Amino acid sequence: MSRRLLPSGDSALLVECDSLDEVLALHDALAASDQPGVVELVPAARTILVALDPATLPLESAATWVRRIPVEAAVRSAGRAADAVTIEVAYDGPDLHSTASLLGVTADALVELHSSIEWRVAFGGFAPGFGYLVSDDWPFEVPRLDAPRTRVPAGSVALAGAFGGVYPRQSPGGWRLIGRTGAELWNPEAQPPAVLVPGRRVRFEAVGAG
Amino acid sequence: MTRLRVEQPGQLALVEDLGRPGLAHLGVAGSGALDRGALRLANRLVGNPDGLAALELLVGGFRARFEGETWFAVTGAWGPVTLDGRPVTPYTAARATDGSVLEVGTAERGIRYMLGVRGGIEVPPVLGSRSRDTLAAIGPDAVEAGQVLAIGSEPAASVPLLDQEAAFPPPAGPVTIALLPGPRAEWFTDTALATLFDSPWRLSEQADRIGARLVGPILERRIPGELASEATVPGSMQVAGGGAPTILLADRPVTGGYPVIAIVAPGSLDAVAQLRPGQELRFRHA
Repeated sequence: MSRRLLPSGDSALLVECDSLDEVLALHDALAASDQPGVVELVPAARTILVALDPATLPLESAATWVRRIPVEAAVRSAGRAADAVTIEVAYDGPDLHSTASLLGVTADALVELHSSIEWRVAFGGFAPGFGYLVSDDWPFEVPRLDAPRTRVPAGSVALAGAFGGVYPRQSPGGWRLIGRTGAELWNPEAQPPAVLVPGRRVRFEAVGAG
Repeated sequence: MTRLRVEQPGQLALVEDLGRPGLAHLGVAGSGALDRGALRLANRLVGNPDGLAALELLVGGFRARFEGETWFAVTGAWGPVTLDGRPVTPYTAARATDGSVLEVGTAERGIRYMLGVRGGIEVPPVLGSRSRDTLAAIGPDAVEAGQVLAIGSEPAASVPLLDQEAAFPPPAGPVTIALLPGPRAEWFTDTALATLFDSPWRLSEQADRIGARLVGPILERRIPGELASEATVPGSMQVAGGGAPTILLADRPVTGGYPVIAIVAPGSLDAVAQLRPGQELRFRHA
């Protein structure tokens, strides 16, 4: 595994990996070590931003910590965010059938796979509470809509690229909508405010369209 | 309870404090006052802890009536400030009486005033902060005409006696900004990296709390193509497809897909917050 350390100001390092799998494994290792002086870890598709308090953890020390930390293959069911959250979904999204035919499967088969595998929140970033979901068992690459919707309702369960996702709030969006959930995934009053935090395991459960 | 009745908010009046750091992994930017130094100074002048919420007033044109007696201070941008028509020295604490009217006129230097009041602006915190994040729509809405803002209880410290000559208003002319290396500097040609520091730049009209777009020469890329989105820090200077740089600020998206060529040193971020559209700036190595 290679880790390139890139400068990102005087209180952060940007760590670049070769793949999302390496990001996930490194994120698990960094998060598990509870290093004092780390303000937060912000994973993305190929990188992790390590934000720190230089008074407690100088940049040079942080660089050494990141370079030397041992990383195991992404831990499948351990770690602090191990408890899977189950999200109930009514699979009646406006793009369900067109997406299934794009992928060359039936809508039932798409729903069956989506709701039977375990997903993991890889990273956030699109909007407060939005998590990019990945799964080793998800084989599809889903093209975004040519014309993004200006209003995607909160709770829309969606697909784009290699990722799954759920819109936590109403927003514009170009992902394909395959269902909807009433689950509250973003609540600024709650602790933590987001359900889909990086590292969190997620399962979807099909419920009758209501 | 002392309150502030806003009669005219001006171009944009927002409640801001030191923001909500540490939530970028949840998709929430740090937000908070764009000119941190101005917020801290306004608070210190009236005896508040540094991080109490104040009003960030864009350009000016603000008028409000105090309900009850308190101290206030206007920092950041430099322009005409009056209380009941009498001039108030900027960057000093002044006493407001019940019913007195504060007017903050059009800024002559800088562009963002901070109005601090003793006790701070009291609105319900969201995720630990009273700041308005204009991109994520988190925190209190922009202040409207007729809105009455509660002011918090008296802090323990008294209003300090300070040297009134110690104010440094934002410069009217060219501003020099210190830059640290960016994570994707190698995506740009040597010429682009030299041009960044050698050329004069101007702030464009596309400048707000999310980002400040600059006008100047095109910064050519060495590595074409797309970058997978990655987390940015305040002051990250990203260069979009057209080659124009944008400095990402407090309310930025927490990840971005354009390469970051350089990062504004934290000590220069407040100066970026006070740049006016059209104002010249230059960059130096931090």
